[in-house]
Amino acid sequence: MALMRITSPHAHGPMSTTRVMQNVLLALIPGVIVLTHFFGFGTLVNIIWGCALAVAFETLALLLRGRPPLFYLKDLSAIVTATLLCIALPPYSPWWLIAVGIASAILIAKHFYGGLGYNPFNPAMVGYVVLLISFPLQMTAWSPPRGAGEVPGLIEALQALFVPASFDGITMATPLDILRQNNSLLIKDLWQQTPQFGRWGGMGWEWANIAFLAGGVWLLYQRIFTWHAPVAMLVSLGLMASLFYDGGSSASGGSPLFHWLSGATMLGAFFIVTDPVTSAVSLRGRLIYGALIGVLVYLIRVWGNYPDAVAFAVLIMNFAAPFIDYYTQPTSYGHSSEEGK
Amino acid sequence: MRKIFGFHGGIHPPENKHQSMAGVIELAGIPAQLTLPLSQHIGAPASVVVAVGERVLKGQLIAQAKGFVSVPLHAPTSGIVSAIEDRLIAHPSGLTAPCIVIDTDGKDEWVEHVGTADFESLEPAELINCIREAGIAGMGGAGFPSAVKLSVKPDTKITTLILNGTECEPYITADDILMRERADQIIRGANILSHILKPDEVLIGVEDNKPEGITALRAAAQGSNIEIVSFPTKYPSGGEKQLIEILTGKQVPSGGLPSDLGIVCQNVGTAVAIANAIDKGEPLISRITTVTGKGVSTPGNFEVLLGTPMSFLLERAAYQSEINNRLIMGGPMMGFTTPDADVPIVKTTNCILAPTEDELPTPPPAQACIRCGLCAEACPATLLPQQLFWFSQGKEFEKLEAHNLFDCIECGACSWVCPSNIPLVQYYRNSKAEIIQTRQENEKSEQSRVRFEAREQRLIKQAAEREEKRAARKKAAEERAKQAASGEGEDPIQAAIERAKAKKAAQENA
Ligand code: SF4
Ligand code: SF4
Repeated sequence: MALMRITSPHAHGPMSTTRVMQNVLLALIPGVIVLTHFFGFGTLVNIIWGCALAVAFETLALLLRGRPPLFYLKDLSAIVTATLLCIALPPYSPWWLIAVGIASAILIAKHFYGGLGYNPFNPAMVGYVVLLISFPLQMTAWSPPRGAGEVPGLIEALQALFVPASFDGITMATPLDILRQNNSLLIKDLWQQTPQFGRWGGMGWEWANIAFLAGGVWLLYQRIFTWHAPVAMLVSLGLMASLFYDGGSSASGGSPLFHWLSGATMLGAFFIVTDPVTSAVSLRGRLIYGALIGVLVYLIRVWGNYPDAVAFAVLIMNFAAPFIDYYTQPTSYGHSSEEGK
Repeated sequence: MRKIFGFHGGIHPPENKHQSMAGVIELAGIPAQLTLPLSQHIGAPASVVVAVGERVLKGQLIAQAKGFVSVPLHAPTSGIVSAIEDRLIAHPSGLTAPCIVIDTDGKDEWVEHVGTADFESLEPAELINCIREAGIAGMGGAGFPSAVKLSVKPDTKITTLILNGTECEPYITADDILMRERADQIIRGANILSHILKPDEVLIGVEDNKPEGITALRAAAQGSNIEIVSFPTKYPSGGEKQLIEILTGKQVPSGGLPSDLGIVCQNVGTAVAIANAIDKGEPLISRITTVTGKGVSTPGNFEVLLGTPMSFLLERAAYQSEINNRLIMGGPMMGFTTPDADVPIVKTTNCILAPTEDELPTPPPAQACIRCGLCAEACPATLLPQQLFWFSQGKEFEKLEAHNLFDCIECGACSWVCPSNIPLVQYYRNSKAEIIQTRQENEKSEQSRVRFEAREQRLIKQAAEREEKRAARKKAAEERAKQAASGEGEDPIQAAIERAKAKKAAQENA
């Protein structure tokens, strides 16, 4: 047998990009189950439709770019992008809304920039923001959680997706909206008077966030990413919230616990902020990156005019990531830190 | 207990050391032919001092060192020099190189040699010279001439002598078995080195996955000031720079040498070679090599003559060529594949690895870099491998240098962790080679530019001088003309013309 000539190292560790993505998908399962429990099949239907579209768009883009689709589809990154976007979308979204979102994410945010690894912006968040700006009405139409209203069944969910005109789901303001718009009630009273609030955050939302947190902790345990960015984001969000909590007056921005367990906080912290491609690279860089996202999330939530802030905060910081990298280069072996840059 | 410092990054690949640790050091025996490359070390190749057809004895000098950074070569056994020619050697590039070929006669007849009973009576310089003449080059892998490492500048005070018994590469156990079986010789070598360098402390660093080796060394070092330091197993703690950081907390400055910190580091195998050279007068003609991997049925450690064909050694370990698809000289992290099973064992060959496909699978095609940063976390040199990869692809050489490409020790930790299977180290090697080549070309063109400019200058100067002389002559001529005109002297030309005119006139009148 002819001897093979290849260069070292000859051994390779157990990690593969496909495995990373698989683990991320697995870690999302508890959150999706909780969302489905509280909001019905909408999210699940979103995800299945979104993934089908993502595979189709990814294949198309790869063919156009002259790449073998099967090899690249195997990395599962398109599926992860689609799943994340679909979780963030309101349940019972129409088919075309998801299609526009996925197309923006896969075709524009990912492949226009050269495919996986070359995209400066998180594709799922680009898809989300494109939709938010183009279709604000559909993007703020959240159905009420179980306990605060009727939850549609599977047939209705499919109806909502494919024949949106025939579906008349009820929608309700999300807890984040309510809090932002509140200027007359003390936090305590607001909580009592509004059915959308739960024990610590929004009803249903709090459990979904806890489920995403659990998934994230599992990924940390699997060493899929490091703790730096998510923890920094949660800490800075918590600090901002405690700073402006002002004891729960009508002008309060909400408690830290409320912010941690509302909206896309945990999904963002463990599944978006940790996206390696678009975040800062060094550990110090990730601390800064995560912390600034936490601050921005709070600012946009409380003083902005959007249903949630994670997408905007992440995109802004995607933009800043290369600069953070530039200023947080680690000191290489044999180069004393006084040497400077 | 000594304080142990860590180093950045590192990985924990499966060790796979037990396979080759079952037995004791076996003698590989004498093959029919030995092939000895003239360059088995870093530096200038040795120059041949024997002729084809000549009979040589075991330990006889067959090639001498050429220059300071070079080592001589000795016949590993007795026999006839049958050829001096280019042969395929074990080099990453798979090239041929000049070799001395010896047909062995099986008599194993020694040349006359004597050791020194009492090394302490010798001056350091004499000992260094003995080490140099014994042809000893670093046996851990790099092959840097040991005598050069020991010849520190006279004004440098060496505070710490470190013997490297770390052997952090998976699969390799050559140093481990040496420590178990020949600990007293290692200590002997350490004492000789200590006598040469006069350090304040002598440390032997060993990873904690070699408890037997540590015990043996501690027993042998009893009563001496040599300290055996064990520390947690992590690849690549055996890298010289990493070991120094682990033991002293100091980093060798980029581009500098350990001696800048007052440290000299030698491999334990080198220490044994030094002890043999001084005590017995034996040059370096054999070494211990691990033969392992699932491609051999009886893996183990062999004391093997330099120049022995790899195939001979593989046979000793019951090689199964059908299930082996690559032969690696060195370990799975930093070793290189050889083009042929007949390439010779050299001074730096610590391991031959014959893996099966499922043991070390062929790397799958690389996927995109997802910037996960695992490589940066693993890098013991605290570089940013993903950035280096990026710049390597774009051939951005200046950025590569600014990101300290040349501090990369090619340990392979980054490639090992990379989930996208990117052959990062290969990119770095290529980039380094290209940068070095461009540098050399620049240097050359700089030299020729300097030469060209010097020539230009010279020409200009010469032209100016000529012009000056011409001007001076012209001026002198004018002076004389002036003098002639003012009647102060006769102008010879004018006079000649006058004379000619007069002559012509006379002829016409005649
Ligand atoms: S480990 Fe591989 S995929 Fe991850 S950042 Fe480094 S080069 Fe890129
Ligand atoms: S091969 Fe170079 S870049 Fe990669 S981990 Fe080792 S030192 Fe760092």
